Amino acid sequence: MVSQVAKPMAADPREQIMRFAPAILLAIVLLAAPLVLSDFRTNLLGKILTFGILALSLDLIWGYAGMLSLGHSVFFGLGAYSFAMYLKLEASAGGLPDFMFWSGLKELPFFWVPFQHVWIALPMVVIIPGVLAGAIGYLVFRSRITGVYFALITQAFALIVSILFIGQQPYTGGTNGLTNLTSVFGHSIYNPSTQLALYFISVGVLIAAYLLCVGIVSSPFGRLLVAIRDDENRVRFSGYDPALIKTAVYCVSAALAGIGGALFAPQVGIVSPTMMGIVPSIEVAVWVAVGGRGTLIGAIIGAVIVNYAKTLLSESFPDIWTYFLGALFIGSVLLFPRGIIGLLRREGWRWPDWIKVARGRTATLGSITSGIWGGIK
Amino acid sequence: MAFFKKIFKIPGVALATLAMALLFAAAACGGSDSDAASATAVPSSGSSAGDTIKVGVLHSLSGTMAISETAVRDATLLAIEEINAAGGVLGKQLVPVVEDGASDWPTFAEKAQKLIQSDKVSVVFGGWTSASRKAMLPVFEGLNGLLFYPVQYEGLETSPNIFYTGATTNQQIVPAVEYLLEQGKTRFFLLGSDYVFPRTSNLIINAQLKAAGLEAVGEEYTPLGHVEYSTVINKITAANPDVVFSTLNGDSNVALFKQLKDAGISASDFPVISVSVAEEEIRGIGAENIVDHLVAWNYYQTTDTPQNEAFVAAYKAKYGNDRVTDDPIEAGYFGVYLWAAAAEKAKSTSVADVKAAAPGIQFNAPGGVVTINGANQHVSKTVRVGKVRSDGQIDEIWSSNGPVEPDPYLETYEWASQFHR
Amino acid sequence: MTDPAAWGLQVFNGLSMGSIFLLVALGLALSFGLMNIINLAHGEFIMIGAYTTYSIQQAAISFTGGPASGVTFLIAIPVAFLVAATVGFLIERIIIRHLYGRSLDTLLATWGVGLGLQQLARSIFGAPNVQVVSPGWLSGTIKITSTLVLPMKRIFIILLVVVCVGGLFWYLYRSAWGRRTRAVMQNRQMASSLGVATNQVDSLTFAMGSGLAGVAGCALALLGPIGPSMGTFYIVDAFIVVILGGLGQIPGTILAALLIGMLNSLFEFSTTAVIGKVLVFALVILFLQWKPKGLMQMRGR
Repeated sequence: MVSQVAKPMAADPREQIMRFAPAILLAIVLLAAPLVLSDFRTNLLGKILTFGILALSLDLIWGYAGMLSLGHSVFFGLGAYSFAMYLKLEASAGGLPDFMFWSGLKELPFFWVPFQHVWIALPMVVIIPGVLAGAIGYLVFRSRITGVYFALITQAFALIVSILFIGQQPYTGGTNGLTNLTSVFGHSIYNPSTQLALYFISVGVLIAAYLLCVGIVSSPFGRLLVAIRDDENRVRFSGYDPALIKTAVYCVSAALAGIGGALFAPQVGIVSPTMMGIVPSIEVAVWVAVGGRGTLIGAIIGAVIVNYAKTLLSESFPDIWTYFLGALFIGSVLLFPRGIIGLLRREGWRWPDWIKVARGRTATLGSITSGIWGGIK
Repeated sequence: MAFFKKIFKIPGVALATLAMALLFAAAACGGSDSDAASATAVPSSGSSAGDTIKVGVLHSLSGTMAISETAVRDATLLAIEEINAAGGVLGKQLVPVVEDGASDWPTFAEKAQKLIQSDKVSVVFGGWTSASRKAMLPVFEGLNGLLFYPVQYEGLETSPNIFYTGATTNQQIVPAVEYLLEQGKTRFFLLGSDYVFPRTSNLIINAQLKAAGLEAVGEEYTPLGHVEYSTVINKITAANPDVVFSTLNGDSNVALFKQLKDAGISASDFPVISVSVAEEEIRGIGAENIVDHLVAWNYYQTTDTPQNEAFVAAYKAKYGNDRVTDDPIEAGYFGVYLWAAAAEKAKSTSVADVKAAAPGIQFNAPGGVVTINGANQHVSKTVRVGKVRSDGQIDEIWSSNGPVEPDPYLETYEWASQFHR
Repeated sequence: MTDPAAWGLQVFNGLSMGSIFLLVALGLALSFGLMNIINLAHGEFIMIGAYTTYSIQQAAISFTGGPASGVTFLIAIPVAFLVAATVGFLIERIIIRHLYGRSLDTLLATWGVGLGLQQLARSIFGAPNVQVVSPGWLSGTIKITSTLVLPMKRIFIILLVVVCVGGLFWYLYRSAWGRRTRAVMQNRQMASSLGVATNQVDSLTFAMGSGLAGVAGCALALLGPIGPSMGTFYIVDAFIVVILGGLGQIPGTILAALLIGMLNSLFEFSTTAVIGKVLVFALVILFLQWKPKGLMQMRGR
């Protein structure tokens, strides 16, 4: 139906290799990482990769369709809760989960009952965020709420969901969230081999999610998304319904985020409503911006680098590490607005005017690098 | 040539990514990042190799909880310093590894895992909110670490890998309610932040009131970080209580007491008894806003023991004359001594040995003698109800006259049968 | 809960909450509405205002040796405005100036600024909360009837908001810079080509918005906690107010603040604080379905 917008892909196989080179490299690095990292660092990287999936899902709608959702970690959280409910019931071994006991509940609430079965819990990881995103998205996009308005509405949405989850302690675990998730399918989550298995599953899912997103954005549908981002009215006048298209991609993105969340829960052993608040949602946008929006691979790289930096900085400078984090955000927006990927493609380096001297330096730097480049050639 | 031009971009990507990663790793190499070497060792035995012993200190140094937790961190470091000056533990110096929990529960879990697995610390002192403890609990159990948790909490928990140096409910909330009942209070209004400690505490208080033939005249919860109390105050006055039992946490207390005073309500109308407001919080509230209201703890800066005199002097000497001490600070302080005594007795710092040696370990803490209870790994301690003075210090107006044995599941109370294990 | 005095007090509480929302949102409405900057560091300017009040009080105590007098607080209000405005001016010059036309980027950059400012406060003043002693003349109450008692502080804050709004209107509609501000707001290119120095207008407007946040910090120091992360308690409500009011619409912001304050107070009184908050936000979102551009819309193309 959209053939008139579609353009044939570059046929040159070498071109194709070039396009995916960073992704292939990253995949190799991630698959080899457990060889050099300790158990703890591998587990940590596994957790960060689930953030990578979340960042990827945000880049799909922000980078390509121009919708910055500041409530995206809600979908991540809902996916995490869905799977964690199953894990919690598994850890409670048929008994009532501990928090229900001390909240005064006598029996399992009806909506918890289906989550005893993994074949219900797993589909819910995708269905709950997807359906919720569909409902909200349709309402919002139908009213033609875009840009900053959309960002701030989704922010309010994140606040509502996190307040609700905190307030319903007997049913959601309240502020604590669901804790003490000790095993997944009978394997202790503190067993290094379980952690390693979860790590590789995360890598696999991340690669699959990346390929899915690449497929989406390079399809005719993806071109429609970009067209909507650049001029929604023109797309509407061409006979498409942007609200429907945006809702569809929002659903896919939310479902992806939910899958990331489901992988997060067993690797960390806790899901908490703080994950769904406003602050974590803004952080996702920061990861994508640091990596380079609209590049997909950049979102993943941004999530990995920012989170790894956050961990290492807070370990080394527990008292003042937030200075570095703040500086990283400001710097990434001011100095390389196209993100790390833009930096690597040498198209996005933009010195602010006030660093006149530095400007000269970039010129020198540029000539030096091109000199080296030339030399190698 | 276009092909070659592009192919050089690939190593460019890789190199730049690696360089970035290295940069951050380099920024962190001040930290103790020795984990690459030993990938599989399970640190159940705790490392006491060499002539130092690593101990973890895990509190929120950023985010909303930093207002309370940084002072406990300071007290823990003070105790470590004192122990080191006195020759250390088993002749070895203690080396604290400080981490920031950042007021975020999954971060607490991550850092706890890091301290146990990467740093191989013998013990961790840390946590404040129940949520942070609940997040860390499975990590300490799963990896067989040891946590000393310094804050009063809602009870109903005994983990084999946690020592609880703060009060459980029968050492704070239950006696406080008993005290109020003795004073002839009958109309209780329960006010709390919306999380596990207030909700569980209020379940217990409701059961206790029911046993006394009473019923709370109102029960309200506000979100964490709530700072607008005009409506709640209106509800409280409408319910006409003779005491408000407050389990509000952190910043909300500041707003509550300031706005209570603005509304023209003082302790003579009805007192508010708080179980999460100590001397440190009073500094932020302003003594004139909370004067004559009540608190319930196990220790005050004014507690009259020679140990406390020395402790307060040492704390002020190290951190400044304007600083105050309070109950969690004291618990964070003597927790280190309890662990050190257990390790000395066990002649080992391994988790199993320390746990085996711990029951019955006594320490003459600033707030009086504390003893580790072997059955539930809590400590026995004295209960004190206090009244806030106009200078922000607290006068003890009632005490249990001696330590109270910890009973986290309230098994010695008949009315609490619903909480028994 | 049928006591009419309790409901009467609740209406006053709603008015008071509305005035606080408005005080917090005014500065945001300026930078967000007029310049399309999403200033996530706005809460930190509130914090700067509160800490300025605290510092002035500490200085007064050490200078006079006695307890702070009632005058110190009055001095603190303009000083807090100036300090916050200066910091805002510097941040606009150094960072935000480079981000015009990229409003979502300003969001990320100001988030970083906010993190830095919070940590700065923690480094300078320490992590625990500090305390500002309210002046004596603000501590009393006014009795309307025997059961309807209104706190002086809240009446003072309502008056302070009236003064701020009046000042802002005077600035926007009666001063030369205000005229230029409105010109830039309506059509940046046209104003620029007519000789308005748009970058100076931007700096001044941002400084103005930050300064108003500083004044809000002064007022909130009377009511709530003063700590490094105090700004985060107010920022979301403020954004909701600005959105509901409509971008670039100061009258809309005023209406929205009062509406949200009133709804919040009445919902909270008849349900709980948690449900009340959720209801208000849900209503706002639903309202925006109906009128996506808020209560008042900018006329134009």
